[in-house]
Amino acid sequence: MAYNWNWEVFLQPSATGSGTYFDWMVYGFKTTIGLSLTAWLIALLLGALVGVLRTVPNKLLSGIAAAYVEVFRNIPLLVQLFLWYFVLPELLPTELGNAFKQSNPFVQQFLSSMLCLGLFTSARVAEQVRSGIESLPRGQKNAGLAIGFTLPQTYRYVLLPMAFRLVVPPLTSEFLNIFKNSAVCSTIGLLELAAQGRQLVDYTAQPYESFIAVTLAYVVINVTVMVLMRRVEARVRVPGFIGGK
Amino acid sequence: MYEFDWSSIPGALPFLAKGMLVSLEIMVAAVVIGIVWGTLLAMMRLSSIKPLSWFAAGYVNTFRAIPLVMVLLWFFLIVPHLLEQLLGVPRGTDMRLGSAIAGFALFEAAYYSEIIRAGIQSVSKGQMAAASALGMNYWQSMRLVVLPQAFRNMVPLLLTQGIILFQDTSLVYVSALADFFGTASKVGDRDGRLVEMLLFAGAVYFVLCFSASQLVRFYQKRLKTA
Repeated sequence: MAYNWNWEVFLQPSATGSGTYFDWMVYGFKTTIGLSLTAWLIALLLGALVGVLRTVPNKLLSGIAAAYVEVFRNIPLLVQLFLWYFVLPELLPTELGNAFKQSNPFVQQFLSSMLCLGLFTSARVAEQVRSGIESLPRGQKNAGLAIGFTLPQTYRYVLLPMAFRLVVPPLTSEFLNIFKNSAVCSTIGLLELAAQGRQLVDYTAQPYESFIAVTLAYVVINVTVMVLMRRVEARVRVPGFIGGK
Repeated sequence: MYEFDWSSIPGALPFLAKGMLVSLEIMVAAVVIGIVWGTLLAMMRLSSIKPLSWFAAGYVNTFRAIPLVMVLLWFFLIVPHLLEQLLGVPRGTDMRLGSAIAGFALFEAAYYSEIIRAGIQSVSKGQMAAASALGMNYWQSMRLVVLPQAFRNMVPLLLTQGIILFQDTSLVYVSALADFFGTASKVGDRDGRLVEMLLFAGAVYFVLCFSASQLVRFYQKRLKTA
């Protein structure tokens, strides 16, 4: 096969004049990490809230939470992203919409991507939190109520401290997913890893090196997160409990 | 405030229907190939022949570490190039549909194989032993005894994965292949009615996937009580 392998391409100055092609990769890598971490924060906070609401006895609240989860789970991520990026600014009050559209393109892309990934993942986190709470023996809630705790107190002092520890292992895979899903954001022009990979192909004419490097970068992220989460999981493990092993 | 104008949607329906057929075609082909290849991978993973088991583990872990978008980009940008050079496929042949199916199938097989592996492991060991005792060889006992029981338990999970795959087919957007979503966004752009088109596309996906997942849930309940 007549292909000229040239790994030194990454050290060449980039076409835009600032830095090398390797710097492009680093930039994409940072964007992917920054986007995924901020989105993960949103997903954890909202997911915990919605997951708890799904288990409360109040039919209205649990119904709203269930609807939330179904909406975010049954629309493809790409479609959600386009709705956030192209549709939402049009539907906002005119001034706010215009302010958004006139802001720095990177800010627009990043904010839309962050909200999209955060809310998309929060629905999945909510399902894990719900099943964590439901996996607790029913006696725990009854015992909490029997000793005179109100329902919020029962959640605060009895159910959640256990449930949050139990959901850590299933949340690891959601955490891994958010990094992988962030690649979808390349479609609205956000220059994260996958998008930089495409740019590298266009600019360097070394498609194999570019794609291998980007793919490896994702593998590195994946492995790092997995190793870190194994340590977290080991720390929060509930001895003798299902899922805690 | 934004003024909605839905009038361009009825005229676009034939195009959208065509796009939906492409989406469904990719999904069905990828599900079928993915399950077959996934079953083989699961059997390799559980095999006592070490190299096979290593290969399957490596395959599954690699595909699960890479974003689907990256896999699709490989299949749209790199693989056609490779085929041109290795097999002398004429330059510029439109392989996007084939590439999409291959990409999805190979990617999903990794996920299917994990579901199927759990399914095979959930069948009690005695079943395999009993089949061997009856004089069946490995393939016979797998095909006639273990897999039928494993698949029965796995059907809801496999269907749910199929729904996820259907949602993911929208990602062929990166190759500009005209699936349902790609068509919606193109027509929306053409008519200057992107907002309405995207909302409509989102609603269609929601209705389809929500109904499908309700059906799976219903089926799962029946399976449990049966």
